[in-house]
Amino acid sequence: MTQEYSAGRYYPGELLREDRMPHIWCPGCGMGSILHGFLNGLHQSGLPLDKVAIVSGIGCAGRVAGYVKLDSFHTTHGRAIPFATGLKLANPELKVIVFSGDGDLVSIGGNHFIHAARRNMDLTVILVNNFTYGMTGGQFGPTTPLDARTATSRYGSYEPTFNVPNLAEASGAVYIARWTALHLRQMEQSFTEALHKKGFSLVEVISPCPTLYGRMNRQPRGLDQMKYYQQNSIIQHGADTRTVGIELNGKITVGKFIDIERPAYTDIKTRVYEKAFAPKPAAPAKTTAEASSK
Amino acid sequence: MKYWRKPLDQDHLKTQHYQVDLITDRCKGCGLCIEFCPRHVLAESAEFNRKGYHPIYAVNDDCLNCGLCELMCPEFAIRIVQREGAPARE
Repeated sequence: MTQEYSAGRYYPGELLREDRMPHIWCPGCGMGSILHGFLNGLHQSGLPLDKVAIVSGIGCAGRVAGYVKLDSFHTTHGRAIPFATGLKLANPELKVIVFSGDGDLVSIGGNHFIHAARRNMDLTVILVNNFTYGMTGGQFGPTTPLDARTATSRYGSYEPTFNVPNLAEASGAVYIARWTALHLRQMEQSFTEALHKKGFSLVEVISPCPTLYGRMNRQPRGLDQMKYYQQNSIIQHGADTRTVGIELNGKITVGKFIDIERPAYTDIKTRVYEKAFAPKPAAPAKTTAEASSK
Repeated sequence: MKYWRKPLDQDHLKTQHYQVDLITDRCKGCGLCIEFCPRHVLAESAEFNRKGYHPIYAVNDDCLNCGLCELMCPEFAIRIVQREGAPARE
């Protein structure tokens, strides 16, 4: 494939299935910008493209698998991480990327999410958080902020919310960053770092959903939500993840929260098997001097 | 542009010029590029495209190729190209 450049800058047209455009995402949705940022980050990481696989689940973010010219798979609801785990175990050379939404990864797939983080599976997880179940009509989910109005919580959501970076840290992820759809260059850099990180790396990207979430919460256009991110985002690298929870119309703490080293699943497995199946040292043979002395 | 004094290298330095190349039928009129363009190059046109949205157009020639609209456009509709006859970028 030839690399495309646009006025001196890289343009990811080679990685995008332009025959499937225009895509299904609503006007004002942040998914397109995030996909563009991801493809730029993938280009910057310099990974060989035939060793990269994208797995996505169900939902708006799950459509990414169909729009990229890479090995990709669109799995059943919530099962993106189990599929990616199997892919990684079967072919450890692959760089497996999970691209999915909050409803898929921390709601129905929440159990898989925490266990992949606990095992420190060598996956890069990109979690697009739009605070609602976008594709099914805007029901409230585990990431909907308290008091936010949605299609199924007309008077405000009354369920306490998951703090995704804290959940991932407590489960054992080695790289956690959060950006909004507005922080395009920072997002690109985080994607590159996450792709090079060995272990469970998570990049949470907060994305506008004007059609279903924003319209109910006085931000009827994607532009309004982007302006809200511009005015209310606080970049705080290394912030304590217990303090980065999201409140309705509150400040959003973004940045790179966690970047630590921990042995990855495949490394531990190799060590254990090498120890168990190492050839036993042969019994020392008698020397000729010992044999002749007897 | 107004300067408080004439720059010493004004004679031989030339600003390079770029223009926005838009795939009109992909534009969904979200307005992100119009709002966040630092040089206020883009605006919404009164015409309709094939999907019934108002696509954007360039209102002036101030584009300096920062690439923000290209990166931000959720529809992959914007490319920035060098304007005809302008010197190539090094």
